[in-house]
Amino acid sequence: MSEHVIHPVAPPAELQRLPLVTNNRSFGWISDRVAAIVEGKTPWWWWVAFVPSALAAGWLLVMLAYQISTGVGVWGNSHPVMWGWDIINFVWWIGIGHAGTLISAILFLLRQRWRTAVNRAAEAMTIFAVMCAGIYPALHVGRVWFDWWLFPIPTSNAIWPQFRSPLMWDVFAVSTYFTVSLMFWYVGLIPDLAVMRDRARTRIRQFLYGLFSLGWTGSNRHWSNYEKAYLILAGLSTPLVLSVHSIVSLDFAVSQLPGWHTTIFPPYFVAGAIFSGFGMVLTLLIPLRKLCGLEDVITMRHIDVMCKVTLATGSIVGYAYGMEVFIAWYSGSPYERYAFINRAMGPFAWGYWTMIICNVVVPQLFWFKRIRHHLLIVWILSILVNVGMWFERFVIIVISLHRDFLPSNWGYYLPTWVDITTFLGTFGLFFTLFLLFLRFLPMIAISEVKGVIPQADPHHPLGDGSKGGAH
Amino acid sequence: MNHSRTQTYGLVAEFATTAAVLHAAEKVRDRGFTHWDVFTPFPVHGMDRAMGLRNSRVGWFAFLGGVTGYLTGMLMIWWMNAVDYPIIVGGKPMFSPFAAFPPSYELTILFGAFGAVLGMFFLNRLPRLHHPLLKNRRFTGGVTHDKFYLVIERDDPKYSEAEIRKLLEESGSAHIERVEA
Repeated sequence: MSEHVIHPVAPPAELQRLPLVTNNRSFGWISDRVAAIVEGKTPWWWWVAFVPSALAAGWLLVMLAYQISTGVGVWGNSHPVMWGWDIINFVWWIGIGHAGTLISAILFLLRQRWRTAVNRAAEAMTIFAVMCAGIYPALHVGRVWFDWWLFPIPTSNAIWPQFRSPLMWDVFAVSTYFTVSLMFWYVGLIPDLAVMRDRARTRIRQFLYGLFSLGWTGSNRHWSNYEKAYLILAGLSTPLVLSVHSIVSLDFAVSQLPGWHTTIFPPYFVAGAIFSGFGMVLTLLIPLRKLCGLEDVITMRHIDVMCKVTLATGSIVGYAYGMEVFIAWYSGSPYERYAFINRAMGPFAWGYWTMIICNVVVPQLFWFKRIRHHLLIVWILSILVNVGMWFERFVIIVISLHRDFLPSNWGYYLPTWVDITTFLGTFGLFFTLFLLFLRFLPMIAISEVKGVIPQADPHHPLGDGSKGGAH
Repeated sequence: MNHSRTQTYGLVAEFATTAAVLHAAEKVRDRGFTHWDVFTPFPVHGMDRAMGLRNSRVGWFAFLGGVTGYLTGMLMIWWMNAVDYPIIVGGKPMFSPFAAFPPSYELTILFGAFGAVLGMFFLNRLPRLHHPLLKNRRFTGGVTHDKFYLVIERDDPKYSEAEIRKLLEESGSAHIERVEA
């Protein structure tokens, strides 16, 4: 055999890729370090974050009860702005979720192996963000107890849903998105739940992790089917995630309203969604890698790559803004032109320029390596990205609605305290769920990270121990 | 002797590296064993070929799911909006495949994903509440951590404990033990 062995010459240092897990960590180190977050004592910072989050989540319930018992009038929605913070926050939260699916599905298909360090937490973020998003359309219909009319269930008056409406498509898109994201996340969790089961010391942990790991043994005959199913789920989630925000954008684009009635919306919404989602992933993971001691798994290379994705998607968003303005002028429609002049110079101009600064100017700073490698700056910029993306939905929804064709139909919009604290409450729900996830489930995909270190490769020198096989 | 044979699940050999278990699997495959498996903490690249496994059939389940989803969406919308309770919307035809496409597309993905996941569970015979190997402390301590195992079951027609021990020791296994069923 030895005459067939090729001894590769290592490329020069500047061309070598940085390892995905630094400091040459072993398989056992990965399980020990990730499981320690779940098995160890609850750290102080967890309580510091959890108590206010849980209180805010409780407040959300109070606000929802108030809104349901009193009516949509407790919000600032009023003629002509009938979609206010409810739909802004719905689109914003859904968009946050999209980075999780991008990381778990699209980067998997593109064989971006760095995704393994961040995909579990990003997928959890997706699921919790979609939960927060789902609250809004369910509540803003006013009579929540008739939400089941959205689904094709025979109603008392025998009328079926009207399937030409993008709002109906949205019901299918968002519910499919939630279900498939949850399945994808759970399938990825099964081998890691088996890790937790085999390490468990208490009966209750052994029972629960054992139950949810479904009797996983690590059999290669199982891995073979498992990897195929995972690949197919990635292949299905990719067109799914692109369709979800496209359909969300059609809620607007199919209408006649100036500022909404544009064909650029689907790709522009998808790029914006991924942009904001990566902002949220960075916001969450930069503190977590430090607090959980995961600097060797979520390395500077990961942060660097995510900054570059943010830069790329942010540039697409900036291009879309420019193209919108150009088309508004080029269309020759006075209403379209006015809609865009009103965005930049009307009563809500502060919202438009906040959006432009946060979404167009701020991500351009990521061209500089020194900025990408300065964690505090990256963290602040990632928050600004999400502020900007919130204002993008504000600009699209409120500024377009408040002045349409007839000046006699114009108005102004102000949110109420219920709008504001309901939104804060969704943050409480999101962080409560995310913190519980950190304490009860492995936040890094243990089995996947093990698969990308050099020792995992049977043809790599580190994978071939001295006791190893035939040669 | 006969009593103890009925109690045996198989022989478990532990390996320290992926290369060792991969080469051992190639040997076991070439000897023509059929009731055997490799157990690893993560999918080892090239192991399917080393074991002589064929391409997984999960894809068929996903495909069937997807086709079912698409047809469900199209037929449901056609029947609801054009047959059972026809509604004219914007003077358009009662049923148009274009307007019906987005929900059908989502159902294609939904049912396809269910097909892939449930198909995977079916082919793997999961969930299962009990497995003889999971009673072995050494196995569970390593298989999800940092060790690799090759297991030849007693049901294999070529099962012969002495020969298998020799084969697996030659392949570089540092620890071989018999696991009870």
